[in-house]
Amino acid sequence: MEKRERIVRRIARELHDGDYVNLGIGMPTLVANYVPPGIDITLHSENGMLGVGPYPLESEIDPDLVNAGKEIVTELPGTSYFSSADSFAMVRGGHIDMTVLGALEVDEEGNLANWMVPGKMMKGMGGAMDLVAGAKRVIVAMEHTTKDGGHKILKKCALPLTGTKVVQMIVTELAVIEVTPGGLVLREIASDTTLDAVKKATGATLHVDGEIAHF
Amino acid sequence: MNKVIPSAADAVALIRDGATIMCGGFGLCGLPENLIRALHARGTRNLTVISNNPGVDDFGVGMLVRAKQVSHFIGSYVGENKEFERQAIAGEIKYTLVPQGTFAERIRAGGAGIGGFFTPTGYGTIVADGKETRVIDGRNYVLEAPLRADFAFVKAYKGDSKGNLMYRKTARNFNPVMATAATVTIAEVEVIVEPGQLDPDAIVTPGIYVTHLLKGAYFEKRIERRTVRQLQAV
Repeated sequence: MEKRERIVRRIARELHDGDYVNLGIGMPTLVANYVPPGIDITLHSENGMLGVGPYPLESEIDPDLVNAGKEIVTELPGTSYFSSADSFAMVRGGHIDMTVLGALEVDEEGNLANWMVPGKMMKGMGGAMDLVAGAKRVIVAMEHTTKDGGHKILKKCALPLTGTKVVQMIVTELAVIEVTPGGLVLREIASDTTLDAVKKATGATLHVDGEIAHF
Repeated sequence: MNKVIPSAADAVALIRDGATIMCGGFGLCGLPENLIRALHARGTRNLTVISNNPGVDDFGVGMLVRAKQVSHFIGSYVGENKEFERQAIAGEIKYTLVPQGTFAERIRAGGAGIGGFFTPTGYGTIVADGKETRVIDGRNYVLEAPLRADFAFVKAYKGDSKGNLMYRKTARNFNPVMATAATVTIAEVEVIVEPGQLDPDAIVTPGIYVTHLLKGAYFEKRIERRTVRQLQAV
């Protein structure tokens, strides 16, 4: 299975029936494809919509209906629309059950860096800072290391932060890690990897609390 | 009272060099594109533009950027526009990035007479640098200031001649909040109706906020990412 598919399939198992969920641009969006049977969630898009549906058929295209990634989408029955100010009131007010975002770095305290690489032009944080500050649960979806094997899970983030002490869970192609007040707890490892390989790929201390499951 | 103005050129005729302009839209969705085209044609310069994004190279706020009419841009995300990037790196345009929710709320505060607000967004990040912070009920907050403009360009779906507005789907975005936060608000709509023809319960922007109403001559409604699904054979 492709790395990204493995990550988003695992995150989809964190969804609860009735959840209001915001999925970030890119890989997190794919979580919507793996919602388990019997679980009914409502997708929030921060540009002002609850009830995001799949991409339209060519015949259904409506330029007035886009998601936060500026992709054209459809509305499901029960959709509502609202202004950006109302949308972020929902976010900051703690009404969104879960958000899934990518990351450049995450650290032992749950600090997250995902918007700015020094030396490159700043493109902006969009809604990421509001989402991590306000959602009840923040899950990071990312590959465990950089393309050249560098650590992304660190003792302390080096890049400019998106939020402080905001991440509750990190899901990679190798591991499921929970961020706790006592540090990072390794909950699961992928069925085709080893504890040593996960530790080697991680630049922070991993703790164990009972059994490590496989996924 | 009839707020209808005959053309986009008339609507922007009073805008002078150095003005601050709010412009609704999220990416290219829900853009006041007729007013942007008219301001581009007028050639007004040294503008401060407050908009979530600077459009793309040749559409939306990007038209004003490419014509070097914008000296300062305030928004939450400036990707997708190569010319903006070129000007930013060359130091030809100043830009200020604001978290999207803080951006929306600063505009709301500007329109609602609120002198500032404490938000958890951005606490402990460079966004909070130099700003007052406060612990409220055990949580950390950052003080943010209101945003206002000389002019707001908003796009709505339907309006009546009293300036009441209704929006359509996600083309609503920042438009209703920007309509409240400028000295002069100009709304462009696809359809103008007589007062009484809009359901009063469905009006999102009451006419009190709207100075001028324009029927847009032409809406391109360009799509930024044309994502479609295919029917599957069984």
